[in-house]
Order: sequence, then structure tokens, then C-alpha cells
Amino acid sequence: MPEFLVTGLAFLVLTLDLFTGRERKSLLPAVSVVGLVAILAFSLIYLWDTDEVLYGGLLRIDGYALFFKAFFLVLGGFIVLISHDYVKRNLEYPGEFYGILLLTVAAMMLMAASGELLTAYISLELLSFGLYVLVAYDRYNAKSNEGGAKYILLGAFSSALLLYGISQIYGLLGTTRFDEIGAALASAGDLSPGLMLGVVLIIAGLGFKIAAVPFHMWAPDAYEGAPIPITAYLAVGSKAAAIALILRLFTEAFLPVAGDWQLLLVIMAVATMFVGNLVALVQTNMKRLLAYSSVGQVGYLVMGIAAIVVVKDGGVISIELSHLVTNGIMLHLVAYAITNLAAFLCLAAIYNATGREDMAGMAGIARRAPLVGLVMAVSMFSLAGLPIFAGFASKFYLFNAVAASGMLWLAGLAAVASLISLYYYLMIVRQMYIETPEDPTPIFVPKMTTIVLAVLLVSIVLVGVYPAPLMEAIQHASDVLLRSNSLAQNAAAVLP
Amino acid sequence: MLGAGLIMAIPSERASQIRWVATAFGLVVMLLTFYVFIAYYLDPGGYQFERTWHWLALPGPWTMGDLGISLTLGVDGIAAPMVLLTGVVMFTGVLVSWNIKSWNKDFFILYFLLLGGVFGVFASMDLFFFFFFYELSVLPMYLLIGVWGSSSDFGKFKRPKEYGAMKLMLFLVAGSVLIWVGMMAIFVEAGLGTFDIRALAAVDYSRNFQIIFFPFLALGFGILAGLWPFHTWSPDGHVAAPTAVSMVHAGVLMKLGAFGIIRIAIFILPEGAQFWMPVLIGLGAVNVIYGAISAMGQTDLKYVIGYSSVSHMGYVIMGIATLHPLGLSGGVLQMFSHGIMTALFFTVVGVVYQRTHTRDIMVLDGLAKRMGVTAVLFAFAGLTSLGLPGLSGFVAELLIFMGLFQTYPLLGVLAVIGAAITAVYILRLLAKVFFGPITEQWDDQTDLGKLEGAGAVVLAGFVLLVGLFPFPFLKVINTGVFELMAVLT
Repeated sequence: MPEFLVTGLAFLVLTLDLFTGRERKSLLPAVSVVGLVAILAFSLIYLWDTDEVLYGGLLRIDGYALFFKAFFLVLGGFIVLISHDYVKRNLEYPGEFYGILLLTVAAMMLMAASGELLTAYISLELLSFGLYVLVAYDRYNAKSNEGGAKYILLGAFSSALLLYGISQIYGLLGTTRFDEIGAALASAGDLSPGLMLGVVLIIAGLGFKIAAVPFHMWAPDAYEGAPIPITAYLAVGSKAAAIALILRLFTEAFLPVAGDWQLLLVIMAVATMFVGNLVALVQTNMKRLLAYSSVGQVGYLVMGIAAIVVVKDGGVISIELSHLVTNGIMLHLVAYAITNLAAFLCLAAIYNATGREDMAGMAGIARRAPLVGLVMAVSMFSLAGLPIFAGFASKFYLFNAVAASGMLWLAGLAAVASLISLYYYLMIVRQMYIETPEDPTPIFVPKMTTIVLAVLLVSIVLVGVYPAPLMEAIQHASDVLLRSNSLAQNAAAVLP
Repeated sequence: MLGAGLIMAIPSERASQIRWVATAFGLVVMLLTFYVFIAYYLDPGGYQFERTWHWLALPGPWTMGDLGISLTLGVDGIAAPMVLLTGVVMFTGVLVSWNIKSWNKDFFILYFLLLGGVFGVFASMDLFFFFFFYELSVLPMYLLIGVWGSSSDFGKFKRPKEYGAMKLMLFLVAGSVLIWVGMMAIFVEAGLGTFDIRALAAVDYSRNFQIIFFPFLALGFGILAGLWPFHTWSPDGHVAAPTAVSMVHAGVLMKLGAFGIIRIAIFILPEGAQFWMPVLIGLGAVNVIYGAISAMGQTDLKYVIGYSSVSHMGYVIMGIATLHPLGLSGGVLQMFSHGIMTALFFTVVGVVYQRTHTRDIMVLDGLAKRMGVTAVLFAFAGLTSLGLPGLSGFVAELLIFMGLFQTYPLLGVLAVIGAAITAVYILRLLAKVFFGPITEQWDDQTDLGKLEGAGAVVLAGFVLLVGLFPFPFLKVINTGVFELMAVLT
């Protein structure tokens, strides 16, 4: 169980913090990164091709969970690397910072592995509590506190919704295990109003976590207030974890009653991508802009989830097409993650050197720090979905999958939304490359940052031009998801 | 072989620190394209130079699922002259870009990226990669125009270069969205699980499907081809761009749109094409007349050329839309001829602008006395543009008119009127800017330099070559056109 190891690592870092002097604190991120890499190697070696159910169905150890575990471990490593410089300059108490960060990594891994609603809920809460603290970590900064407060209030509210939804389902079906819920729903065939309420509440609760419209209000404030590395973490980590959970929940448990929630998700997806991208047009703070842009990106993912069930003529569910969509969602998630990490790292590097995080502060960055400018421009193009970058391949795949599921119009709307987003991404590129800076002195970029930027740049291009190896890993993961789902056959009989 | 040319263009992005490297690459690629064209000429028919790399398999219920997406490159009779055109314009574009001072490394990187995309589109046999390269050729434009472009400032009339760049990007990507929807519809409807263009073209689509989705593709590509009323990005973009980029852009990039209409829209959805062609011809006619009249009213040299491009692309669209072998061949030849001609125009205008620092027709006069060669080259391009016999424009336009009179004679008359208006604005321009009395302020101007001269002479040579010996070109084009006709009937 790599989760135990990560938790252990978190406590190791917290303990080490007590024994290291003020000037040797940079030991902590080093230990964290090395630990995460070691755990990654361990999990890949020992858990490859295992498919087990632990604690009577509470936890699943399978290819799908492993894929996301690896994803979160790598992500955690990157966040630690990104944080290093920022924390040293701007924050106090690095020990607790890294300790909590590692705990949230463990929480995300648990979310991807949970096979039951309560375990999912508890790991989600573990993640959220860690993030509440991290968002408000810059405690002498009013914005950080404000963002933290909003995040806690809305987060607690959404947890309540989620919990109420769970209790509703447990009350009516007598189980919280995904596969048993699925079987029960398949034999019931239709949702009773009480169950419908439960499903809707769960969608709302998870909608908060991924910041889908209309549950996105907290995101811009929390993103703006949080320290930049934590903003990146919020944008990528907590969303990816929630999506990992949603994918498993919806394919294993809620698939048989797809007809009842599909429309809801379609509406949510359209609202999310348009509100996110349109509001982003008028933002001047880079963090807020990226927050709204990531709301828009989540819209595409929600669209994928809405299209996950494909009913062919004669009421047969096409597992192959579900596969295509699932792969699309996961690929887009990975592309979105590396691209956003790169963008936020650039932002952090600029902020560390100039203290600016507004749009005008980006002026002339391409002259002042060519690599940062290049990576930022590349990530903007990638987010906008232009080739040869990751965003193009993943958007193409995802939209293609949605279109193949018979929702061509929805994919067309998504393409229009991404056209809108191109405008503000280009405005950033314009600031960096065309405008002249107020202060043309070169920016100092630490060596570590340079290396991480280069790695991210290469992976963006690599995923963009040759996604086949990544696709194979994703295929491996989604195989498990859809194979373990014996319900598809049951569902076939049920759907109208 | 072509793949090699393409791959060579891509590593050169890193290496081209010095202009010489870029020039050498330009030359090598141009020679490669010569080779491709001549080899095709000697042995015409079908698709040649095919190379396939497996890229990504799509899981799915499709029997051909393994094929998925693979990078397949190859040229046919229509693509071969386009590849040659790209090679020539690319090389001459590098020559006129020698005087770029700031960030010239980045300029050449983006420039080659742009052309890599263009070559890719002309040679792709796979719908996914067609789209991939198509987008790739749009991507660098924003920076190329935004960083190295020039703004227009004529007192009341101000257009910052950023405006042109942003407008161009948004229009073109909006076009891509339409294309993408059309592509997806075809992909899903065919249900083959492959993006191979020939496999997709072999499928019989229902008439209704073709009628619904043809406009998506035709309009999407039409935006790039400067189809009225979606042409407004094109003059603004041309004017704002630096010389080499204007050349590539008007000379080659707009042809991508027309090429897309032929290769994707007509080839895959022939019935839809037959249904919608009258509309497209009508729009083309509006293009011709509207572009020409707008060109008459401009006072900026580059805007004149920009609107004349819109007008000439109208001929291309009309020629293609006749769906008649003569019109189609004429349209493709016009694509080639106009590409070369516009590149020549922009070279000359670039030289004038660089020397005099203005493009205002009202201010410039009598330049021929000091810039003789420049004036002659401009006259050359101008005469091609109005269709003087013996130059390339004549042959192409003649074929288009012949095609038109056999299908829609009334619109053919309009097209001829357009040619007459072209004569008015070109001759007026020549008289005002180059010939006639010179004012003192231009007395110390120098003629164009060796490099620019070399580039311009290569281009002028092609104009003459196609004008005097059009048959080799037509032979190659016809093989492609006949294949298309086979699909249409």
C-alpha cells in the first residue's frame, strides 16, 4: 500500500522538521521528492498487474488505481519542486507545508483507489482539510486568508451535500459499495425520487470539488489567495482526484441509470465551458485568469463524463465507445495537468523575481527570461489546443470520442468554447512577446526551476506529437475500469 | 522523399542560428520540391512518394481499428504543383528576410514551423494529420505578425499590427472549428475507425448527410481561402505581416484553403459539392468583383495587394466550383500562378517600404527613375495579375473562364468584368507610384539589393515559364483533376 508509505513519509518530514535548523530547511523538500520517487518506483514494481479488493471492498488495488497513484505521486513531486523556491522566499514553517502536502497526496491516492462511498468521502475530506490549510498558509496575507475562508465555508457546504447524498443512497439501497449499488440499480431499472435526490446531491457535491458551474464560485478567490504552487496543486491535483473518483463511481455504480443523469451533466458541461471561458476574457490577474480557464477545461472533462455511456440502437451499451471516452478524459487530464503545472511554474518564477502576478506584469517576459516566456507561451498554446502540443492531441481525442458517442453537437460547442479561450491565451502571449517591459533587466531564474521547466516543456511536446505510449498506459487503466464493470450486460437489458 | 524534406525543415528550427543556414535549408528544400515535381511530371498518375508511420490506434468497435491514425504522406497531381510553389516561395521568402535584425533566430524557427505545416497539409493522406498540419501552419502566424510585423498609420486610419494578428488567428481558428465539426461528422458517419482520406472517400454517404456537412468544410476552408464575406482577416493580416510572411501567407497559406476544399470537401463529399456549388460560385464572383473594387479604393500599397489577393482567390474558388475539368485545372493553375505572383508583389512592396518607409500611394511617385528594376518587377507582377497573354495569369484565367462559360455563362461575364477592374487599379498604381514625375524627396532612393533581386527574379522566371509553357504544369494537374472527376461522376 503506497498510501501508507506516503503517510509515513509525511510524518518523517514533520519529525525531521523538528531536528533541522532554520538554515537547513531545504533538506525537507529534498527528502519529500526522493521519498515520492522511491514510492513511485515501489508501487510500479510491486503493484503492476495486481487486481485485488481489500477490506471487504473498501479499497481497490488495480490498474486504474495504479495509474492515478503514479499520476499523483509524480504530481506531488512536481509540486514540491515548484514550491521549493516559493516557500523559501515567501512562507514560514516549511516543515508543516511539506508534511501537509504529502498527506494530501496520500488522500488523493486513496480517492482513486476507493471502491466505496464512505471511504471516498473520508479521503476526499482528508484532501480538503489539507488544502484548506495550504490555501490559507500565507497567514499575514489578507487575500490568502480570505481565499482560505471562502474555500472552507463552501467546501464544508459541499461536503454536507455529498454526505447527504451518500446517506440517501445508503438508506434506500442498503449498501455503499460501488459494485453493489450498480447491481441494485440495474435490477431496479429506474431511479426512485429518493435515489434521484441522492445522485443529484452527489453530483452537486463533487461538482464543487471540480469547480464545475454553477458550483465554481469559490475557485477564483481560493486560487487568487493561495500561494502559487498551491494554486497549481488546486487546479491540477484536487480536480484530477475528484475526476478519478467520479469516473469510477459513474462507470461502476451509476452506469445503469445513465438516462437519468446524462442530461444534467450535459447542461453542466455546457455551462461550465462557456462561463469559464467567457469570464476568463475579462480577467487581469493571472491567477484568476488561469482559475477561470481551468473551470473551462473542467467543462470539457464533464462533457466527457456525460458522454461516457453510449447507447446504441436496440438499447445495447457500447463498451468500446465508453473506452474511447474514458481514454479521452484521462488523456486530457494528463495533458491539462502538465500544461497547467508548466504555466503555474512560470508564473511562480515571474512572481518570485518581480512580485507581479497581473497581466501587465507579464510584459516583455520573453526578453527578460526567454525560457520562462517560451514555456509559458507553449503552455498557453497547449491549453488553447494547438498542435504540436499536448493540448491538441488530448482535446482532439476527447472531442473525437464525444462526437463518436453521438454527441457531435456537444463536441462542436466545446470547439467553439475553445475558440473563445484562444483569445485570452493569445493576449498573454502578446504581453510576453510583443509588449515592451517597464523594466527590461533580465530575471534571475533558479537552476532547479530551469530544469523542471525544461522537463515539463519536453513532456508537453512529447504528449503532443507521440501520445501512443501514454495512451497504452491509459488503455491499461481504463480496461480495468470497464472490465470490472460486469454491469454493462445487466444494463443492456434495462435501458430503454 | 518529401518526408525527408519535411523532417529536414524541422531540425533546422534549432540550427538556423545564422541566416546562411536558413538560406541553405530553403534552397535544399526548394530543390527537393523541384525533384518531387519533375519526378511526378515524368511519371504522372495516382499518389506518389508515399510514406506511412503508424501513430495511434483507436480502440473501438471498428473493423479497421488498428489503422487509427497514421502519418501518411504523399502527393498527387494537385498537390505536386502546390509543393513546388511552397518550395519556391519559401526560398525567396528566406532571401528577403535577410534584413530582419531583431530575434532573427526566432523568426526563422517560426517561419520554418509555418512552412513545415504547409508542406504537411499538401502531403497528408490522413485526415487527422491534415488537420494537425493545418493548425500548425496557423499557430506561428500570431507571433510572426505580432513581433515582426508593421502597423498601419494613416492619420485617421490606424490599425495596430496586434489587431491584424489577433483577427487573423481568430478567423482561421473559427474556420478550423467548422472544419473539425465536418471532419468528425465524416469520421463518425463512416464508422471505419480510421482517418485515412482515401478510405473515407470510398464510403458512400447519404445525400442528406453530404448536403448538411459540405458547408461546414467548404466554409471552414473558405475562410482561409479568403471567401467573401469571411475575407476581412486577409487584407488586415497581409498588411500587418512582415514581407516574407505576407509572401507565404498570401502566396501559399490561402491556397491551403482552396486545396482543402478540393482534397477534403469535394473528394469526400462529392454529392454535397454538386448541391452547393452554385452558391460557392456566386460567392466566388462576389469575391472577384468586391475584392477588385476594394483594391481600387485603397491608398496603402499592401492593402491594394491584399484586396487583389481576395479578388484572385475568387477566381480560384469559381474555377474549382465549376466542377468542370477545365475550370478545375484552371483553378489549380491559378493557385500556383497567383501564389508566385503575389509573392513577387510583396517582395517589391517590401523593398519599396524598406527604402521609403511609407506605403502610401498618395505620397509615393515616380519611383521608376531611381528604382528601375523594382519598377519593372512590379509591372511584371501587375501584368500577370491582369492576365496579359504570355504570363501565367493569362493561361489560368482563360481556363477558368472557359470552364465558367460552359457551366454558368452569366457569372463568367462577371468574372471577366472583374479582370477589367483589375486592369484599372493595377495600371493606375503603376502610373502613380512608379512612372510619372518624381518628387524630390525620393531622389536618393536605391534600387533593390542582390538578394531581393535574386528572389524576385526566380519568381518572375516562374511567372514567365508557366505563361509560355503551361503544358507540363497542366499535364501534372490534369492527372489529379481526372481522379477528382472520376469521384464526381
